[in-house]
This record gives sequence, structure tokens and C-alpha cells, in this order.
Amino acid sequence: MKARVFITLKNGVLDPQGKAIGHALNGLGFGSVGEVRQGKVIDLELSGSDAEAAKADLKAMCEKLLANTVIEKYEIELKG
Amino acid sequence: MKSAVIVFPAANCDRDAKTALTQMTGKEPHMVWHQDSELPDVDLVVLPGGFSYGDYLRCGAMANQSSIMGAIKAHADKGGAVLGICNGFQVLTEAGLLPGALMRNAGLKFLCKPVGLTVEETQSSFTRKYDKGQEIHIPIAHGEGNYYADEETLDRLEGEGRVVFRYTDNPNGSARDIAGILNEKRNVLGLMPHPERVVDDALGGTDGRAIFQSLIEALS
Repeated sequence: MKARVFITLKNGVLDPQGKAIGHALNGLGFGSVGEVRQGKVIDLELSGSDAEAAKADLKAMCEKLLANTVIEKYEIELKG
Repeated sequence: MKSAVIVFPAANCDRDAKTALTQMTGKEPHMVWHQDSELPDVDLVVLPGGFSYGDYLRCGAMANQSSIMGAIKAHADKGGAVLGICNGFQVLTEAGLLPGALMRNAGLKFLCKPVGLTVEETQSSFTRKYDKGQEIHIPIAHGEGNYYADEETLDRLEGEGRVVFRYTDNPNGSARDIAGILNEKRNVLGLMPHPERVVDDALGGTDGRAIFQSLIEALS
């Protein structure tokens, strides 16, 4: 199984990198760009075929290491 | 006072900490490898500055997975003193030994310069040799020192007198100008500035000495 984990800053946590990206896009003439929030994507390969067990594992991985839940939130996507 | 400095790969300030501790205490600290799982019998554990594990994933996140962290948590639980400097502060927040997190500097730039700090709290083993409200100058060297915690946590830190150092001119966007905080039991201190770099006039200042003098008085 393959999984993709999206990690982004929680709402309300200032994202200076996102702000800088937004300013740069505006500077390039993309005037439609408002707020920008950036984050990271982690792709994982998992053994086993039990999707529910994999999701539970991924959640534990996010809580223990992949995300710092003081400032970040995560989303898990499982691909067959 | 017996001390130990944890040696993480790529934490380049471990030797600065060793030199400062040796100079201040007259005894060399134990240098403890991150893969060890036990600490020697010491009063103080220092988590040094640097870029442990190349700051992979998040600053301090990988170091927090080291074998030695269990022993550090046990030492802190028993009331043993722990000092986290810069990357060490980041490790302590990742480990949950201190609340909040250190984020990318608001100006996005790595900052390496002396900064002004006020000593907010002298009721601690780390700061008893300073005067309350004293202004000191200690260098910073970080890209991610922007202290963040939710409002409730910040109020609690202030209410409990756990904000120990504040920037006089906030360089990195830290909430409420916070440069260093204590845990609830007041035996764990994390700060972004580098006191170990200012213990000798030859290095441009001695404002960091009082932290070590405080610890020596409190722990010896």
C-alpha cells in the first residue's frame, strides 16, 4: 500500500514562508493570489493490506513523529 | 557540580558547551553520545545548540527519537536540571519537556548576532545570580527561534513566572518576546540565545556566566 501524508500549519499559526510565497506570486503578476499556506508531503510505502490498520498506524506515526501537533495538522491519504 | 553534554550528530555547539562548563566549573563535563541509553551520575544535563540530524523533518524532531532521550526525561522527572540551548530548546519542546514550539523566524532569515535580553525571573536554579529586570547581551544563531504557544499556554507561562528571558528588541517574531522558558517544576530551562558563547571576555562578553554560576550555587 502507498500512503501520502499532508502536514500543514494549524489555522491561526503564522506561516511566514507562506506569506513570502504569496508576496512573490503577487510580484510575478498573479494578482488573484490571496493568503498562501505551505506545508509538506510525505509519501510512504507500507506492507500489509489492511487499510484500517494502516490508517491507525499512520495516525500514530503522525502523532509521534511526522507532525508536531502543537503547531501542525495532518491529513492521511491511502492509495490502494 | 557534575554535568553532561549530549552529543548529537550535527549539533556543533557541544564543544562550546564543554569549554564553557569546564571553565566555569573547573571540571570537564561527561560527553554523552546520543545512542547511549544511560546518563552518568550528574546534576546538570546540557542539550547543546546546533543542527542535530541536519534539522530533518523539523528542528529537534529526530534528536527527540534518540536512545538517550528516555534517560534525559527520567533525569528531569527526578528533578535533575536540564539546560537546552538553541537546538537543545527545540529538542525539549519536541520532547514535551517544555511547552510550545520553535518556528521559522518571522523574517525567514537565519540570524546570528548579539541580542539584548531582560532577565524576567531570578527564582530559578538557572538565574539566581542575575538581578531581576537586568539587561544582558547574549548572541543568537538560529533560523527557527520564533517561539509559539497558544494564548492559554502563554498566559500560564507568564502567570507562573516561567518566562525567564525576553528579547528587548524581538528579532524573530517570538510570541510575547519570549527567549527562554522554564518547565512547571522549574528544573528544565530552554532558551534560544547561546550563554555558553559569552563566558569569557576574549569572546566578546561575559553575560552568560551567571547562568553557570547560578547552577553551580544551586546544584553543588
